[in-house]
Amino acid sequence: MFTPDMLESIKKVEATRAERMGVEPRRMTAEEKDSLLKAFHPDYRADGFAEIQIGPNKGQKAPKELTGLLHSNSRLLQDKVDLSKVDYDVDVLVIGGGGAGSSAAIEAHEAGANVMMVTKLRIGDANTMMAEGGIQAADKENDSPVQHYLDAFGGGHFAARPELLRRLVMEAPDAIRWLNELGVMFDKDEDGRMVTTHGGGTSRKRMHACKDYSGAEIMRTLRDEVLNRKIPVVEFTSAVELIKDEKGQVAGAVLLNMETDDYLVARAKTVIIATGGAGRLHYQNFPTSNHYGATADGLVLGYRAGAPLLYQDTIQYHPTGVAYPSQIFGALVTEKVRSLGAMLINKDGEAFMHPLETRDVSAASIIRECSERGKGVDTPLGSGVWLDTPMIEMIGGEGTIEKRIPAMLRMYLNYGIDMRKQPILIYPTLHYQNGGLEIGGEGFTKTIPNLLVAGEAVGGIHGRNRLMGNSLLDIIVFGRNAGKAAAAKAKDVELGTMNLDHIYSYAEELKAAGIETEEVSPLLLPKYARHER
Amino acid sequence: MENMVNVYFFGKRYQVPADLTIMTAMEYAGYTLKRGCGCRHGFCGACATIYRIKGQNELKTCLACQTQVQEGMYVASIPFFPTDKRTYEINDLKADQRVMMELYPEIYSCIGCNACTNACTQNLNVMQYIAYAQRGELEKCAEESFDCIGCGCCSVRCPAGISHPLVGVLARRLTGKYIAPESEHLTNRVDEINKGAYDELIEQIMQKPITEMQELYNHRDIEK
Repeated sequence: MFTPDMLESIKKVEATRAERMGVEPRRMTAEEKDSLLKAFHPDYRADGFAEIQIGPNKGQKAPKELTGLLHSNSRLLQDKVDLSKVDYDVDVLVIGGGGAGSSAAIEAHEAGANVMMVTKLRIGDANTMMAEGGIQAADKENDSPVQHYLDAFGGGHFAARPELLRRLVMEAPDAIRWLNELGVMFDKDEDGRMVTTHGGGTSRKRMHACKDYSGAEIMRTLRDEVLNRKIPVVEFTSAVELIKDEKGQVAGAVLLNMETDDYLVARAKTVIIATGGAGRLHYQNFPTSNHYGATADGLVLGYRAGAPLLYQDTIQYHPTGVAYPSQIFGALVTEKVRSLGAMLINKDGEAFMHPLETRDVSAASIIRECSERGKGVDTPLGSGVWLDTPMIEMIGGEGTIEKRIPAMLRMYLNYGIDMRKQPILIYPTLHYQNGGLEIGGEGFTKTIPNLLVAGEAVGGIHGRNRLMGNSLLDIIVFGRNAGKAAAAKAKDVELGTMNLDHIYSYAEELKAAGIETEEVSPLLLPKYARHER
Repeated sequence: MENMVNVYFFGKRYQVPADLTIMTAMEYAGYTLKRGCGCRHGFCGACATIYRIKGQNELKTCLACQTQVQEGMYVASIPFFPTDKRTYEINDLKADQRVMMELYPEIYSCIGCNACTNACTQNLNVMQYIAYAQRGELEKCAEESFDCIGCGCCSVRCPAGISHPLVGVLARRLTGKYIAPESEHLTNRVDEINKGAYDELIEQIMQKPITEMQELYNHRDIEK
């Protein structure tokens, strides 16, 4: 259901298709990429950022919306909670019900710990569920963890923490094996070889997938396993503050029943923050591919308790979010569409870039095409460029789209667009938080000895940009590791008296910095309800 | 003026822009969603919804995040549905016909009404995958159910009380674990890593200065 103007532009895309087939567009040089990013990547837009005024990262910048949350107070300054009444008492408290949290809970349980999960929505309502394209691991003969390291390190602008990236790539094959043994149905050929493709910035075909439901298949398997193990999962319950003790340890969390507004107290010897990303903060007014609860809660909890952030100023905009139709604006169009051969084409039918540059470079290039160069296609909500999906059927044969990317086909067919026959319109969408809470190689924060972080809430694994397929990987690798490490650590932890002193000293710091605020954080849910008055 | 339509949330009328989805229309009407809202992009199944168009008899099921509003739409979300999950130790199971008989015997009470298939928000052939499960054809059940997002609309409509999505999960886990052939290259690589085959190499690359890493990265060969 394209507009007449769009259909005119499609004719130009079709006119150049035959000559584009089999011709690989040139990749950019390092210098070209650098200048493109500086000019067009949203991370370089100064007005999208604000300086953090207090805490461990004082003086550094963060997206304005995140800085706003860090400059807000705890809701528990107003709402008093009696910490002596303990509702849950466990070895390991996992905050978050996505892939990282579930992997952590399974491994902690496997290690014999008394573990529980809390999540503000349902288990599985998480970005993991929505990851489409795949998961990386260097398990083919022409590949190695060292090659994987090089790709990820370079793709992340040489900023990843080596000890974290080492764990990511070295434990990747075992993560795939673990998932396979839990029953995840990876795409394999009849001999059992994994069907693997490229992602943007990979030098070997190491993207494993489960059609384009990769994250969903992983998440529903992990969820089933958590439930089989009878690990308590307290749903519709958010963590609103960490609890500490007089020794500077974390001692649990104050929870909020999202439906009744009642507070609960969970005491725990170790706490794992696995709260995911921040897409629903809509940095720089971007739409997002993220789930409803992606509001950076864990970053706020951890920071207020004294844990530093790392690379909080780098955000990933996925190059291909839906630009049209508006009902699915910002939804993810998996990178696998380009892995399978679709090119990025401007309104005049020109292939303006190599389709598999890294995500930050691709996003910046699309933004340039739609702004400075004026080669975007106008849409009701902005503009976009074409992703020439019919090429996939020409390259892979008829039926490839239905077999390899059924979710994409279904999403567009809902709105009368058949991507097998017509190209689709895309524009970058807010996708991933490259930064987060800083951890050491063992998964613990550097300032609080029994607080761990896993998944998208961690900063430093990927550096300043993340490659496709390394996030599903990191939630499994670092989730599993956090679960094991937390279970082991819990044996040695002696908790003192629980207190919330840190929220009062944080309020004092805010005041001293001249920040008078009525706002409270974490946000918990985005404010989408429209009220006329 | 925007093109507006009348929709009824839980029987109460609201005027909303016609190009919204049911989910964004509820938010336009002033609802702050807690239940019935998850990924918002059609992957999590949180927003199972039933509706009927005024004057039409047919009761329809959909995902609120993937369905555009229509004039005269009477909408009720299904915030939770009590499906009936059986627990098991996956390592103790065998991928044979008995496993379904033992864990989900109610699938044999299917009366063939096809209400599940008609209710499926993903247009899957649900009754067919249950039939495969009955016959112990686990791999076919897994394939046919693969795109299931677990919204539960099928189970809501089932007169036999079958929890279809959970049958699909079990079939897929058994297929992924026991039926699909082993990936030898994966097993080999895990062994190599465990034996320390890459320890030295990874240490070396971790120690390299940035300039050398840039050189290596910018000139690495890329598999065609």
